[in-house]
Order: sequence, then C-alpha cells, then structure tokens
Amino acid sequence: MQRAVKPLLFLVCLLPLASLVWAAVNYQLGPDPGEKLMLEIGAWAARLLIATLLVSPLRTWSGWVSLLRLRRMLGLFCFFYASVHLSLFAHFYLGWVAERLLEEIVERPYISAGFTAWLIMLPLALTSNRAMQRRLRRNWQRLHRGVYAAAVLVSLHILWQVRSDFGEALVYALIFALLLAWRLMRYRKKQSSASNAKLLDA
Amino acid sequence: MRTPFKSGIPSSEITSESAWLKRRQLMTAVAGGALVGSALASALVSPGASALAAGQSLRHRPATANSPAGFYTTESLTPYEDVKRYNNFYEFGTDKGDPARHAHKMSIDPWSVRVDGAVDKPGVLNLEDILTGFDLEERVYRLRCVEAWSMVVPWMGFPLSDLLKRFQPTSKAKYVQFYTLLDREHMRGQRSFTSSIDWPYVEGLRMDEAMNPLTLMAVGLYGKPMPNQNGAPIRLVVPWKYGFKSIKSIFRIRLTQRRPKTSWELIAPQEYGFYANVNPQVDHPRWSQKTERRLPSTLFSPNRRDTLMFNGYGEQVAHLYKGMDLTRDY
Ligand code: HEM
Repeated sequence: MQRAVKPLLFLVCLLPLASLVWAAVNYQLGPDPGEKLMLEIGAWAARLLIATLLVSPLRTWSGWVSLLRLRRMLGLFCFFYASVHLSLFAHFYLGWVAERLLEEIVERPYISAGFTAWLIMLPLALTSNRAMQRRLRRNWQRLHRGVYAAAVLVSLHILWQVRSDFGEALVYALIFALLLAWRLMRYRKKQSSASNAKLLDA
Repeated sequence: MRTPFKSGIPSSEITSESAWLKRRQLMTAVAGGALVGSALASALVSPGASALAAGQSLRHRPATANSPAGFYTTESLTPYEDVKRYNNFYEFGTDKGDPARHAHKMSIDPWSVRVDGAVDKPGVLNLEDILTGFDLEERVYRLRCVEAWSMVVPWMGFPLSDLLKRFQPTSKAKYVQFYTLLDREHMRGQRSFTSSIDWPYVEGLRMDEAMNPLTLMAVGLYGKPMPNQNGAPIRLVVPWKYGFKSIKSIFRIRLTQRRPKTSWELIAPQEYGFYANVNPQVDHPRWSQKTERRLPSTLFSPNRRDTLMFNGYGEQVAHLYKGMDLTRDY
C-alpha cells in the first residue's frame, strides 16, 4: 500500500498535462491553443508549488511523517510544469528569439518575477536527490529555503499581470501568504523555546 | 464600382420598411454584379428586432475588392465560431470563454441608444430605427487586441458619422463618449467586488476620429445579427486602434467639449492611453506590440506576424495624428 503511493502520485501529477495535451490535439482549447495551454500549465505550476509547501504543515497537523517523502516529487513536478510554461511562452510568444526573451525579462516586471522564481527553482531541482542532500548537509536546507523566495515571486508574477479583476490572483497570493506565515510562526516558536532553553542552562 | 459612402437619407426621415427593402434590392443588384456568387449578397429578410431574436441574416451591402481602400481585405477570415468563442468582454468575466458562456443572460430586446450632450437634436434611437434607418454594409477589418492577438472579422454596420449627423453635433462637440450597458443583475463581471473597473465601461473618440469613414457602428458579423458576446446589439469598431476602444453593447452616446476619461485610462493611465492607436513602436508595459498572433493559431504554428502601424490603416488615418508625438499620446 505504502509502496503504491509514490507511483500513484507520479501519475496524478502527470494528469493535468496529459488532459491538456489531449484537449490541444483535439482542438478543444479554442482559437489560441498556445496561449491557453501556457496559462493552464502556469496555473498548474502554481498549484504544485502550493502542494509542495503544504507538505510540512500537513505533516505537523497529521503527524504522518512519511508525507515528507512525497515533497521532492511535488517540487520537481512544479519545476517541470514551470519549465513547460516557460518553453510555451518562448515558442508561442517569442518564436524562440533569445533577444526577445531578454527584452521581456528586463522590461516587464511580472516576467522578471516569474523568471527569477524559475531561476531560483533550477538549483533546487538539480540538488533534490538524496546524494546531493547528503553532500550539502546543512547548506542543502539553506539552499532549499529559496523556495520561500520563489513563492513570493510567483505571487508577484500572478498579481502583476492582473488587468482589472484581482479575484483569482488574490486567492493565490493569500494561500502563499498563509503558507509562509505558518513557517514564520513556527520559526518564532523555535527561537523562543531555544532561548528559553539557553536561559535555563545558564 | 465604388461603394457610395452616403446613405442619401435626409436625417429627419425614418425610412419605411418597404422603401428600405426596395432600395436594398437595387443595391444588391448592383453589388451582385460586382460580386458574382457571393454568399454574402444575403437573403431577403425583413429587418428589425424580430430578425435579431431569430438569428436570421440581415440584408447588407457586401464588401468587395472594389470597396474603398481599407473597407476590405483579402486576408483569410477568422472563422465565425472562433469570433464567437474568444472574447474580451469583462462585463461577463475575464476569461476569454466567459462571454460566450454568460452573455446570453443579457437582454437586448428592447434596446435603445440615447444620444445627447453637444447636439442640437438629442434623442433616442430604438433598435428597430437603427436596423431599418441606416444602410447596412459589410466591412472586413483586422482587429488587433492590446494583448497581441488579432483576428479578421467581416462586420456589418454603418459609419458612426451617419448616426452622429442625424443628431446635429454643435460646434462644441469635440469628443464622443460611449457607455456600455450597466446591468449588474445579468452581467456577472459588474458584480465582482475584486474588479477595479468603475462600471459602466466608457470609451471615447476625438470628433475627427469618430467621423472617419472607417469608424463603424456594427450590428452584426458574418451577415448575422451581433452575438451577445461580441457586443449585441450595437457596438463600435475602430480598426486602427486596440480592441478595447471598440466598446460593446452601447446604450448611450454623449458628445462633449472636453476629452472624456476612458475605463482603462482610469485604472492604469501609464498603460492605456486615450488614443490607443495600434503602434508596434510604442511598447505596452505588459505586452510587446511588435508582433501579433493571428487567430486561429494552432499548436504547431503560432501564426505570428509583424504588427503594422495603425494596424495597416495608416493611409486612411495617419493624417489625423500629424504633428502629434505618438510615444507620448499613446
Ligand atoms: C520562467 C519564467 C516565466 C515566464 C516567462 C512566465 C510568463 C508568463 C506569462 C507571459 C503569463 C501570461 C500573462 C498574461 O497573459 O497576462 C504567465 C501567467 C502565469 N504564470 Fe508564468 N511565467 C514564468 C514563470 C512562472 C512560474 C515559476 C510560475 C508558478 C510556479 C508561473 C505561474 C503562472 C500563472 C499561475 C499564470 C496565470 C495563469 C492564468 O492566468 O490562468 N509562471 N506567465
């Protein structure tokens, strides 16, 4: 049973991509399938980032430690979807002209934010395996705290592209804010209990 | 053959239906000669709101290669189904598919357009007056959205100048302001409390822009009455400006002395100017305007092309902006 969880999650994470590609080849994405595909894949990247960040709180609340083993896969899928999102943007919007990508990144704040988030996620994806985890030790944890910065940048990426209705963007931003706030609170608690311990030692 | 601009109806006269039909027959005969076998030299139907409701064809003069420059293009048309299912009409939601899903809730019968402000004869046009009182003609225009996609649409309508002249603008009329319907009950976008648009949606044109022969009041597309999601029953089409200028479902037109504020300008003046002329040299802070995706595109071919100054209508409209700095007056 436990063994089936990972392969199952793998398939579940592939489901959005598969159904979107299926819709695309069957002409169900409308007259601008490239844009639609890019937006949907971007939205799934954001949802997977939320799922990744939910693992810690869920483990704490449920006490189910083995949840942690799913986190790497969720994070990698988030990076995978973000990379597909970026590739679709490069293909449909820029025709793979590097100059234009550079221009977009420099000139448009919402793209700078999205791209920086992706750049931060890149080394996290590369160092996600156990060997790297062992090799980097404490630095691994430090490095992977970069995901918090990525979450902030993704929120900005989404908020900044709103034309007139902030509804959906605010929902994303609020969820990310809650997930980060939970960590801040936990950190504070640890700090104060650590200093209490120090006081007792003295 | 040259298609005449002027309708030749005295502004006071509301044409009777039979007289209208006779004139239509004459015109179709003439147009038909120039356009043998055109499917758009459409069927005889009596016009009016009932025709709108039934979704029947409306009689109109087709656009041809012989129409005045700018009225017609040989570029391939964006299919009817795509024009109907890919819309920005934020009154019904911000997703491109929202208008097609929700616009049927808007009632367009009865409908009237109030024309007031700096005019000698303010008044109200009922939809029946509009459909029977103006010569409907086809215009095949490129439509360029500020989001960098574009379509080619066969609109059906009449020049805005024909409408304005009937109300006799005074010398104070320097600008034209347009209002979209305000209907919170049936327009879900207007109920959204996270929207920054101050409803109703408003747009504006300078008087000379409004009187340009390209500026169209459209009541249909593809020879059929305007679908709700495309701005039924009557909307503006200004083909050399970004799509958001072409305001939909108009219920009031006001002539003003001062330049009116427009909805997008009010939310983000650094992004959307009053003029909003299609201009590949002036970049929008969100979307590069150098190129566009001509719809429909496919996964394998984005159908990308270079965007043209004034959306390719420079010959017809560039003179309106002589001496202006278009990087400042964007
Ligand atoms: C790698 C660099 C990135 C680029 C160049 C990029 C570009 C874009 C563009 C052009 C849009 C559409 C904007 C619009 O139409 O107004 C978009 C939307 C979006 N992106 Fe990104 N993005 C990047 C990274 C990311 C990342 C890392 C995430 C999340 C993990 C993300 C999530 C989203 C979401 C949720 C949307 C909105 C989708 C919707 O409207 O339904 N993007 N992105």
